[in-house]
Amino acid sequence: MISAFQMPFAVIILLAELGATRMWYAVPLIVSVSLVCAATRHEQMNAILVHALRFGIWIVVFMAIVLAVIQVLSWMQ
Amino acid sequence: MEKTATEKAKRDEPALEINLKDPWLAAFLAWLVPGLGHIYQGRTGKGVLFFVCIVGTFYYGLYIGGGRVVYASTADIFSMQFLHDRWQYVCQLGVGLPALPALVQRARALDNRPPLFGDNFMRPPRENPAPGGPPFQSRDESNPKNVVQHPDELAEWNYKLGDYFEIGTVFTVIAGLLNVLAIYDAHGGPLVIPPPEDKKDEKKKESRDNK
Repeated sequence: MISAFQMPFAVIILLAELGATRMWYAVPLIVSVSLVCAATRHEQMNAILVHALRFGIWIVVFMAIVLAVIQVLSWMQ
Repeated sequence: MEKTATEKAKRDEPALEINLKDPWLAAFLAWLVPGLGHIYQGRTGKGVLFFVCIVGTFYYGLYIGGGRVVYASTADIFSMQFLHDRWQYVCQLGVGLPALPALVQRARALDNRPPLFGDNFMRPPRENPAPGGPPFQSRDESNPKNVVQHPDELAEWNYKLGDYFEIGTVFTVIAGLLNVLAIYDAHGGPLVIPPPEDKKDEKKKESRDNK
């Protein structure tokens, strides 16, 4: 069982392991999705880019939270 | 019939009058080639952005999936079997012209004609090996002495491409679904987000009305 102190390090190691393989495929997808979604809500390019940046960060944070929850659940098994 | 839409997304963004021209024609063009509907309306910047993002995502997914991940079932198009075999194609079709060669490849497969553009481009998987052709089998990567037998060609593709079959499918499906948003934008203009001040005013109005 991993302690609360070790958990952040374990998450970083897990992300690093995943980062070397499949996680990078999420990057072009996040960029594309955030730009297109932002473009359907604004008309001017500046506003689109600002919205896309905020939306992209939101997606990354959401994915990180889901990943952490799944990881914690798998440790509790 | 020409239509205009007013976009006032935020207070710091000036209100814009957008000439949507013929919205239905724009929507059709936006489906046919992502971004073309916007270019027709004179919204060139957004048109180019939609084209690069959506078509780029679609072809990147197709590349990852070795050209195999976009195909239409050989079942009757209006049957449930068509959806059951490859429902992802319905989503991929949202991208328009780039996904249409799969229907040509399907028609050629049904007529027992050879596929166009080589053997790897959007053709449906075979259920039985071609007459005189090799059976559906591949070498076990962990032990090349072992031969893996596959029940059909789709299983062979999944075995050979591994995760890339799924990743490519996800990319192409998302590209098709993103174009649905772009089509809506071409038809009706941008989705207006009311500024926070307006929301507060509405709440005040509602509370006044309730009193």
